[in-house]
Amino acid sequence: MTALAVRNLKKSFGGLMVTASVSLEVEAGERRLIIGPNGAGKTTLFNLITGELRPDGGSVTLFGRDITRVAGWRRPHLGMSRTYQIITLFPGETLLRNVTLALLGLSPLRWNPVIRLERRRQLVDRAREVLARVGLEGLAERPVAQTSYGERRRVEIAMALAQDPKVLLLDEPFAGLSVEERRDVLRLVTAIPREVTTVMIEHDMDVALDFAERITVLHFGEVVVEGTRGEVVAHPRTREIYLGE
Amino acid sequence: MKRLAQAGALAILATVPLWSGGTYYVNIASQILLYAVFALAINVLVGYGGLISLGHAGLFGIAAYAGARLLSDGYGHVAVVGGALATTLAAAALFAALALRGTGIGFVMITLAIGQIVWGVAYRWISLTNGDNGISVSGRPSPFGLSLASPAHFYWATFVVFLVAIGAMAVVVASPFGASLRGTRDQPRRMNALGYHVWMIRFLAFILSGFWSGVAGLLYLYYNQFVSPQMVALNASAEGLLMVISGGSATLLGPVVGAGLVVVMKNVASAYIERWNFVLGAIFVAIVVFMPEGLVPGVVRLWRRAREGRR
Repeated sequence: MTALAVRNLKKSFGGLMVTASVSLEVEAGERRLIIGPNGAGKTTLFNLITGELRPDGGSVTLFGRDITRVAGWRRPHLGMSRTYQIITLFPGETLLRNVTLALLGLSPLRWNPVIRLERRRQLVDRAREVLARVGLEGLAERPVAQTSYGERRRVEIAMALAQDPKVLLLDEPFAGLSVEERRDVLRLVTAIPREVTTVMIEHDMDVALDFAERITVLHFGEVVVEGTRGEVVAHPRTREIYLGE
Repeated sequence: MKRLAQAGALAILATVPLWSGGTYYVNIASQILLYAVFALAINVLVGYGGLISLGHAGLFGIAAYAGARLLSDGYGHVAVVGGALATTLAAAALFAALALRGTGIGFVMITLAIGQIVWGVAYRWISLTNGDNGISVSGRPSPFGLSLASPAHFYWATFVVFLVAIGAMAVVVASPFGASLRGTRDQPRRMNALGYHVWMIRFLAFILSGFWSGVAGLLYLYYNQFVSPQMVALNASAEGLLMVISGGSATLLGPVVGAGLVVVMKNVASAYIERWNFVLGAIFVAIVVFMPEGLVPGVVRLWRRAREGRR
């Protein structure tokens, strides 16, 4: 079954066509890597898929349901969660509160103005479990502002994991990390259960090659090459884009 | 320690008419508390929602004007309060729908424009608002048979409303909705991606803010027994905003302290210093320079530093 399908998706900013008719299909349970040099339109593609941007044309389908016109805030409720390349956390709040907000986002409790949030043991305990999954349970009470960049990356991923998504979109989860931190994060994303369909953006090919079985190469807003890991690596266009040959 | 301080502050506030030594001071205290309710209302949007409103005196004034009209048409106090609050809520919903088309500076400008429209109506729509002459009303209500005609009784009634307001704020701030609202202030994009309807959260916050602005407006009406276009002017909105910012936005106590500061300066200092506006301005500049986060968080910060220095 197709988990996520994008058909002829288009987006221009003024005269600049950032997404020029992108189509791709990701099977349920698949791990897909989208690579491409800077400015290839990778993050824009994610913003179109998650509804943060409205496409100029084309459609987005989630498990057979056309969600092109569905408001962005509804999409997590349909099982689609994302992370950001530029870390987008609540800097003044603790790690625990950050993850709690991710859990609360899918709960009808979020509208409740009279109960005490911190007394919702179920919610807070689950947030702790998610933090443990990314190895940050020891820092649960620490504000984000007092954590390292590598730790924030993991919180970023924890926020998405907390929502138990069916389709998970990871936007350059390795960006700005040291070699050891990359290894930690790679272990983390590899440990994501297989039933979660995962699409990862990365511009550095070497880091994430092992992660996915299928790879899509994006260049100037178009899908240039798509195939298995071996096919894509061996393809002359990939070499041209990445090595400038 | 904290509980003791709270109990002490409550005891002092509850007994103001007994020790303050005169109607004049009791009335000042009533004004502080009614403006504190107004500042708490503004703080919902400014502090917790990150939405700077320059038109809140409009909502404050609509409640007072609606109440004054209903009173002069001979309605009872229950109908007056209910009608005035319903009018304010409807106005708040309309204003929110317009103002929330923008955020940041766009929101500021739209609220400013709406506030000016309300002022224009108060000043020019003479058949409705009596224009520059304002509307005088007589008679304060007597809830549960207690007349509020005397300054002390009115003060206690205001004190009770104030307690309910600040208590309700404390509950909302600690609630999931409060956390959602602060989330939309800090990371609206992330909140949207996490499944929160950012616009609706802001809209509801605006309504909540409108409700308490309306309550404050009614207190103002019953306190002064008079409304005039002056109370809906831009100046009044700016003053409310200054109360929040000088006291400390996104805190419970900040708006209360700010309201105290502004009301005391306006009433007490103006008796001694002719250019009291200048003094008020200088105080605000000093606050912004030395405690940009506001008086309450600023004093807390200095206190902590002093304690750590002693160790």
